[in-house]
Amino acid sequence: MNRETPLVLGIETSCDETGVGIVRGTDLLANAIASSMDEHARYGGVVPEVAARAHLEALGPTIREALAEASVSLDELDAVAVTSGPGLAGALMVGVGAAKALALSLGKPVYAVNHLVGHVGADLLDDAAPLETPTIALLVSGGHTSLLLVRDLVGDVEMLGETIDDAAGEAFDKVARLLGLPYPGGPEIDRAAEGGDPEAIRFPRGLTRPKDLERHRYDFSFSGLKTAVARWVEQRRAAGESVPVADVAASFREAVVDVLVGKALAACSDLGVPRLLLGGGVVANARLRRVAEERSAAAGVDLRIPPLPLCTDNGAMIAALGSKLIMAGYEPSGLDFGADSTLPVTDIRV
Amino acid sequence: MLLAIDTSTGTSVAVVDHDGGVLAERSTDDPMRHAEVIGTFIRDALAESGAAPADLSGVAAGMGPGPYTGLRVGIAAAHAFAIGIGRPFVPVPSHDAIAWSWYRAGGSGPVQVVTDARRRESAVSEFDGLDGDGLPSRLAGPALFPRDAVPDGRGTRHEASIVHAGAVGMLAELAFAASRLPLAADEPLYLRAPDVTPSAGKPVLR
Ligand SMILES: [Zn+2]
Repeated sequence: MNRETPLVLGIETSCDETGVGIVRGTDLLANAIASSMDEHARYGGVVPEVAARAHLEALGPTIREALAEASVSLDELDAVAVTSGPGLAGALMVGVGAAKALALSLGKPVYAVNHLVGHVGADLLDDAAPLETPTIALLVSGGHTSLLLVRDLVGDVEMLGETIDDAAGEAFDKVARLLGLPYPGGPEIDRAAEGGDPEAIRFPRGLTRPKDLERHRYDFSFSGLKTAVARWVEQRRAAGESVPVADVAASFREAVVDVLVGKALAACSDLGVPRLLLGGGVVANARLRRVAEERSAAAGVDLRIPPLPLCTDNGAMIAALGSKLIMAGYEPSGLDFGADSTLPVTDIRV
Repeated sequence: MLLAIDTSTGTSVAVVDHDGGVLAERSTDDPMRHAEVIGTFIRDALAESGAAPADLSGVAAGMGPGPYTGLRVGIAAAHAFAIGIGRPFVPVPSHDAIAWSWYRAGGSGPVQVVTDARRRESAVSEFDGLDGDGLPSRLAGPALFPRDAVPDGRGTRHEASIVHAGAVGMLAELAFAASRLPLAADEPLYLRAPDVTPSAGKPVLR
């Protein structure tokens, strides 16, 4: 096996994106993605069975698409990497079954890796500057909201905190529905917030009171915020007044962004780590990126945001992490691993 | 020579040959752990048969019916293996394989194949013997019935807890030899629309 610049195909099926990526060392060759988001739209959120069915349908075509995009043939691969968890169990299993069989058909090893660490690994593919550690990583999507301390991408990752109720992306979806906006809520809220006053309404910032900070310094909570928005809107409607959608959207978004960036930069400061990396689909939110940029600069923190197609769930980040493991000399996973929906972030590889 | 995989009940992997029959098979009726065991089963079945991936001319897969989460593991693996060797994927109805095994074991006359479909339901198919090509003649099904209200079939009721991949593979071989492919569409026999109730497992993702 080429351990200097391994050619790795990565498979990601933890939520609603079927991702197949191909990397050579830290060079991105392909990032093919099929999303079942449209199928979930009418349910207002990701339906696990719908997602799993879509993965099975999309996986073969997405593998072929990635190979064509990378202009490589399967026999050139050094290894296959796959997301083992965390994620939706039935969805993960499609990828795990396929990855093992693909690797065996080629006589190549398989590396089973952690989805959350994969989000951090996406930054390896950024040509601008190599990923530096230690770094704090804030991963925000419809499926997870996690704050990590990454001391060594392939050796030492710690979960500092995560959401204790809704993921941030879910909060966007739920508030969008409340305002009569379609799914997914993130881009809709962004659009609705245009021209709105982010300080029009002071919505609560979850788990930021001194008492909460004692136990949940780096944890997040968005269900109280969602309820506060619902109550505010209902009171307006009950009083027969119109709802200023732009102001509500902007104020809600500000509350989410404020907590996300505030806690991430608090971690940087508390732990003396002057680096912050963003990942996850919610990074598509322009306001989140802007506030993170402004406050990171003010705090002297070096902010890194991978290109958007590498922030949302994708197979390239899984391939990148697999490639990094190979370059660092790690042995492949055995063939016995399964899908672990609650895989802890400390288990970088399985 | 074909690799055959079925995860519609337990997990079963085989290497078969039209003339040589079932060369190797690895099976468990454990209705869980499909994702865990599929890799070692493929590796071991290949090793025992002495076949290298390049020796295979295709990959057959049982398309169900069966509990979805497990069923998909085998189909996904079969798809991926077929892509890996650049050979065709051959879908086979899993109940046909059960019926074929039953007749080959000496059964005769009509048979009603019954498998667990979870949620207190059974998946049911009926067959009327093997035809001139050695393939089971399907009379009805697969269809779902409440477990305690499966209608009386025309012949013997045969409740199966394992589908042998060897049978899946041999059906594919026979159908190919008789120019009777495809035996099924390349989509799982779900028999139910997706359940859209929110997952109880969702909190772990947060
Ligand atoms: Zn993710």
